[in-house]
Amino acid sequence: MNRQINGLFRLCAAGFAVLITMTAYWQIWAADSLAVRKDNARLVYRQLEIKRGLVFAADGHTVLAKNRAQRRDGFTIYTRVYPFHGLFAHALGYNTIDQGRSGLELSYNDFLTASNSDLSTELSNLGDTLRGITVTGDNLVTSLSVPTQKAALTGLAGHRGAAVAIDPSTGRVLAMVSLPTFDPNLVVQNFARLNRPSSGSPLLNRATQGLYAPGSTFKTVTATAALDSGLYTPSTTIDAFGHCIGPPQFPIFAPLCNAGTESFGPISLSTAMTYSVNTVFAQVGLKLGSSRLSDYMHRYGFYAPQTLDYPSDEVVTSGRYQSGRRLGPLQQLDVAREAIGQERLSVTPLQMADVAATIANGGERMRLSLVDRAIAPGGSTAYSAHPAPLQRVMSAASAQELTTMMENVVDEGTGTAAQIHGLHVAGKTGTAETGVRNVYTAWFIAFAPVVHPKIAVAVVIENTPLFGGQVAAPVAADMIRAYLNSGVAQ
Amino acid sequence: MRSPRMRELVNLGFVGALTAVGFLSVYTARQQQIQSTSLVYAGILLALFVLAHVAVRAGLPKADPWLLPLSALLSALGLIEVYRLDPVLARDQSIWIVIGLLGFLALIFVVRDHRRLEDYKYLLGASAVLLLVLTMTVGTTINGAKLWLRVGGVQVQPGEFAKLLLVLFLAGYLREKREVLAFARHRVLGIGIPALKHFGPLVLMAGMSLGVLAVMNDMGTALLLFGIFLAMVHVATGRRAYTVLGMGAFGAGSWAVYHTTAHVRERFDVWLNPWPTPRTSGYQIIQSIESIADGGVFGTGLGKSFQLVGTPPHPVIPAAQTDGIFAVWSDEVGLAGAAALLLIYLLFAYRGFKIAAVADDGFSKLLAAGLTFAFSLQAFLIVGGVTRLIPLTGITLPFVSYGGSSVVSNFALLALLLMISHRAAEGRT
Repeated sequence: MNRQINGLFRLCAAGFAVLITMTAYWQIWAADSLAVRKDNARLVYRQLEIKRGLVFAADGHTVLAKNRAQRRDGFTIYTRVYPFHGLFAHALGYNTIDQGRSGLELSYNDFLTASNSDLSTELSNLGDTLRGITVTGDNLVTSLSVPTQKAALTGLAGHRGAAVAIDPSTGRVLAMVSLPTFDPNLVVQNFARLNRPSSGSPLLNRATQGLYAPGSTFKTVTATAALDSGLYTPSTTIDAFGHCIGPPQFPIFAPLCNAGTESFGPISLSTAMTYSVNTVFAQVGLKLGSSRLSDYMHRYGFYAPQTLDYPSDEVVTSGRYQSGRRLGPLQQLDVAREAIGQERLSVTPLQMADVAATIANGGERMRLSLVDRAIAPGGSTAYSAHPAPLQRVMSAASAQELTTMMENVVDEGTGTAAQIHGLHVAGKTGTAETGVRNVYTAWFIAFAPVVHPKIAVAVVIENTPLFGGQVAAPVAADMIRAYLNSGVAQ
Repeated sequence: MRSPRMRELVNLGFVGALTAVGFLSVYTARQQQIQSTSLVYAGILLALFVLAHVAVRAGLPKADPWLLPLSALLSALGLIEVYRLDPVLARDQSIWIVIGLLGFLALIFVVRDHRRLEDYKYLLGASAVLLLVLTMTVGTTINGAKLWLRVGGVQVQPGEFAKLLLVLFLAGYLREKREVLAFARHRVLGIGIPALKHFGPLVLMAGMSLGVLAVMNDMGTALLLFGIFLAMVHVATGRRAYTVLGMGAFGAGSWAVYHTTAHVRERFDVWLNPWPTPRTSGYQIIQSIESIADGGVFGTGLGKSFQLVGTPPHPVIPAAQTDGIFAVWSDEVGLAGAAALLLIYLLFAYRGFKIAAVADDGFSKLLAAGLTFAFSLQAFLIVGGVTRLIPLTGITLPFVSYGGSSVVSNFALLALLLMISHRAAEGRT
């Protein structure tokens, strides 16, 4: 038996030799690549030892996110405190150990932890770590306006929905609100409850991730294609054919009607916009055709991820969707219904705010941004956002014509609830069907002042029995008023 | 020449010094978090092993002088790391060491001669089966694996004891049947097969370990029991065909279990590629590997590595004090310390197999070889698991991991090896 016993010992020796080799592999060869993996708890906690940069509102002094120092197992770690609780929850996101991070806390993590950076910062951080000095991140100054944000949250209170405001000439996002909201200070404690279906998905940023049928707000896009293609002018007369149009006279799948009992005869395109006449815009859509309409949607940024300094997986692309799947722009569809914002269109509030901002900016679409600048601890500017034009969507002349049409909507049409004393406001209402009788998705997009616009807004309210002009327009007006009164706009 | 016992005492002295240095290091590194009871633990541990030494001096004066100090060293390293993770667990572990020592003394002074156990081989084998069946039926499921038995408020891990009982049974059974087993009566597919009546109990045992895998979802114990079985049949018969046949059977069985048991399949898939699920199924192995990697060549220093998170502090590696203890150790003392720990196991194996080689009767040889192989294989399975050499399983690192059943059964294993070495040395004089 001793021969076999000897063999067993040799087997054990070989086994332990393999184990030592394996350990050496991890500790010598693989050590460097493992040390920088995102799932390495050491890395996560070392980031907690960094004093994250503060986040400020656009005024440069209102603190939206700061730090609390804690001693834990011999280390000083910093956890986030959000003084405004739910007010900036979606725009800022959250930063936790257990549930990761989201929003700006995620997209600007490199700046906030001062790990963005060039070699010299890296070396100075390394030196700090070795000397036991706390590394401090860069502060962020956002473009968010506290009064505008508050106006949006107050206006939407009691509803589910979202609101976005953009500075048209720069693409700076002035407000981003999604309801229901959550307290980012308590996100770890409440994580399970926040994810329960009955809670209304508060962690979802409806402004960037909520997909809604745009309803009649989409008529601005149809009108852009109509005017800019040269096929129509605001005064082109189109017969509305009474209350409904339908087959066989029109190549549409089912009769298409105006809201309520409204009935029109031959009217101008501008009048059709003022009163949001479906039977006219459906015909415009048919004449423009699917590919021309798609072309203008592309120019507005549909079918492509929105350009925003926000985590890419927290921004959803607008376009044609069917059963949750995005369809290509060339798919066969009922272009008449698409022209009035129904069919299979699904858009985010951010996208519709961008549409309003583009019209306000004379037809040129700007890159959107939430952060104006990052400031290193020494006071130097580590990053600065510069307004960047992305695309000319339509000619300045078409934009001017469209602006006038949208001004009429607020002055005498479906959007009168958005009137502001002493100010010219342009807007467009939207009331999208949800498939349930008398339950709508209410929209309003707007910008003001009409000359040299300072703010463009999109407001959406889910599952309401009211029309966009009744329930969403006043919220948009409140936001515009709050922003223009805040003094930042001057 | 020094007597074996003097040599043992000197070795224990070295171990005592190392233990004191270890606890002192942890204390210095973490004095803000822990109280100054650390040296007390070093003292208690050394006192317990000196007590064991005195018992061996009285009961087994000619026993091997290396095994006790090696076990003391392993216990000390384990206790240092358990203490480093959680001083409360270290207190519990010390109590388990006391209980383990009582069992050790009972074996030395009550059983006195291991050969007496040969008469009870069927009883011992049946107890092993009974323990496993009990666990399968009334056991507690933790982390998807059913490997605990609740006895009066204490969680017992029967696998640790079944391991010893199985070795005892196999040593007795194979000593008796090794000639008939080595002799082929029929030939099937070119392989000689002995009469079924001699083979039956062995097949039963082999089936048992696969049952452990399927019903208890405990891959670690299944691998351990089957490995012991194959090794001991090999030592007894020297027939390679049995080993090949056994491995084939285990392979086929594992394949079937893989395709029928979600828990086993998940463990296996996570072993192949843990990276896509770093927060769920891949969490434990990824944390283990990253902890090991953090140690580098010389480690962060005892008590200085990143292990605890949260309030109250808990280990970042799940089951750090049991399954993950090698990862914690490797983090703090690096490749140098990890290799040293593995070499301690190899030295233990060397002494154990040497005892088997010089023992003069078949039962003692088989018993010593079986125990030593069981000890080594167990260390291999868990270290291989946390280093991702093989799928990670939930078994303990002998003498190092936290755990009462493990400590008690390993003390029994140590007592048996010392008894065999003492009888062999006595027989020669």
